Amino acid sequence: MLKQTEGSHAVAEAVALCRPEVICAYPISPQTHIVEGIGEMVKSGELADCEFLNVESEFAAMSVAIGSSAAGARTYTATASQGLLFMVEAVFNASGLGLPIVMTVANRAIGAPINIWNDHSDSLSQRDCGWIQLFAETNQEALDLHIQAFKLAEELSLPVMVCMDGFILTHAYERVDMPTQEQVDAFLPPYEPRQVLDPAEPVSIGAMVGPEAFMEVRYLAHAKQMQALELIPQLSAEFKTMFGRDSGGLTRSYRTEGAETIVVAMGSILGTIKDVVDEMRDAGEKIGVLGITSFRPFPLESVRAALKDVKRVVVLEKSLAVGISGILASDVRKALRKLPIDVFTVIAGLGGRAITKKSLHALFLKLPLETEESLTFLDLDWGVVNRQLERERQTRRSGPAAENMLRDIGTVASKIA
Amino acid sequence: MFEVRIHGRGGQGVVTAAEMLSIAAFEEGRHAQAFPSFGSERTGAPVVAFCRMADKEIRLREPIMMPDALIIQDPTLLFQVDVFSGLKKDGFILINTKSTFAELGLSDFVRDWPAERLCTLAATDLGLKHVGRPMPNVPLLAGFAALSGLIQLESVFKAINAKFSGKVAKGNIAGASEAFEFVRARIENARKEPAHA
Repeated sequence: MLKQTEGSHAVAEAVALCRPEVICAYPISPQTHIVEGIGEMVKSGELADCEFLNVESEFAAMSVAIGSSAAGARTYTATASQGLLFMVEAVFNASGLGLPIVMTVANRAIGAPINIWNDHSDSLSQRDCGWIQLFAETNQEALDLHIQAFKLAEELSLPVMVCMDGFILTHAYERVDMPTQEQVDAFLPPYEPRQVLDPAEPVSIGAMVGPEAFMEVRYLAHAKQMQALELIPQLSAEFKTMFGRDSGGLTRSYRTEGAETIVVAMGSILGTIKDVVDEMRDAGEKIGVLGITSFRPFPLESVRAALKDVKRVVVLEKSLAVGISGILASDVRKALRKLPIDVFTVIAGLGGRAITKKSLHALFLKLPLETEESLTFLDLDWGVVNRQLERERQTRRSGPAAENMLRDIGTVASKIA
Repeated sequence: MFEVRIHGRGGQGVVTAAEMLSIAAFEEGRHAQAFPSFGSERTGAPVVAFCRMADKEIRLREPIMMPDALIIQDPTLLFQVDVFSGLKKDGFILINTKSTFAELGLSDFVRDWPAERLCTLAATDLGLKHVGRPMPNVPLLAGFAALSGLIQLESVFKAINAKFSGKVAKGNIAGASEAFEFVRARIENARKEPAHA
């Protein structure tokens, strides 16, 4: 049924349709509306046979999720930013144990300095934690990916993060097509665990593994993610057959036919990029877009196939590998190894900096003129940066950098974007 | 695509207003996208919310920098925030105040503006009268429907019923009806005598 609703609420409803049995909740912006919404459904009885646990921290949230998943319950939680970092030890345990927990990450920057706005630093910091990471472009895709995520997680016995842009998606009201319970039940069978803590048939889960088998256990985690590369497109195709729309998959190309330049990105910014690409196509530019839905596992072959014929690739990412350049860009480079393609890295939208059509348009026109691969920080205020660098050269006790820069900028209450 | 920017203060239902506008547009079969300015909202602090409406899917995610219409829920913001930033020429302006544009010191700004695109509405009073709380957002939304002609009053009612229930919904519907009538009459007059506000 079509409805106009908030992204968080759409996800809450979709998760409820997946019949979770345990939800552990700890509030953190911009994720909070999701677990609040599910909490209301549990309380009203709309979501039956589900235990909703208010825990005391994110570390507890993931620890409870591990326990309930190991006990055979379909388990869900959600977090963001510092909350994700606080649960990291348990995040690695969840994947190491092969527990099919589904978690929404409402992507948000990581401090310091503290910042509640959107970028991809949080989930990308967990790049190597062993969870599958899927990125949603729209609220429709966010809700669809949750339905696919439970099936994917449980078929592989691996945890899945569904990543959606904090505020930009979680707090946006837009049209979504909410499936019926019957549709979701037909797609997602009841959870049949590969391993379960059952007093009637006792097993150990999580025992110490020494050098004799640790490598093999770790390799298996990798092998399972390679299986996910096969399963993700299958589930997306199955989803399309049952629900009638394209959602999920590994990657998605847009107007790439005959393209000389392809812009690669993840998440909601793909929408703005597509609008810019439409305008540039109308003006005769040979430019297209590649959206990455599955960040982990990273679909090297699919990315290579989509990009192999272009002259240049622009990777636009809301994350920064401090000391080298881009996180997504490094993965894309690996996909393009030995191909004569320039890869331009663009860091954009950190900490909620608006990424505008105007800036993208100028960027996409400028990069093809550059003769060498470059690293761009989109709309960086060089004046502010240089003043601080100069201050540090001049004064030993130059003071806290962030606060200095805020003072240089002055009041921002009057600015719209 | 038609883009509306709503300025107000935390606690005035600014974000709710944008969401309701998107619901009203959805009810008329259009695509709509509403979102807040993503700040740490605090009571009394300046808040901005946005709503886009279009006949096709809206993919754009940037803030609305060149609005077709402005709804200003608190006139004291005129002296604090650059509320008119990027407003398109001849865009709609609806301000919550008992004063006129001239009394607000905006005569010069709107000198060449079509009078039927400008309106002030005592929306806080309507909120107090009909809902018992100084909430200007719903009356302003109905006022915007009348001013712009983009949204039917019936769709505003549907949005009210999606967000509120019982007595509050009833009061808001009464407040919306009065606001709609008030603005409709003002605009009709402005069309008859094309003098400036």
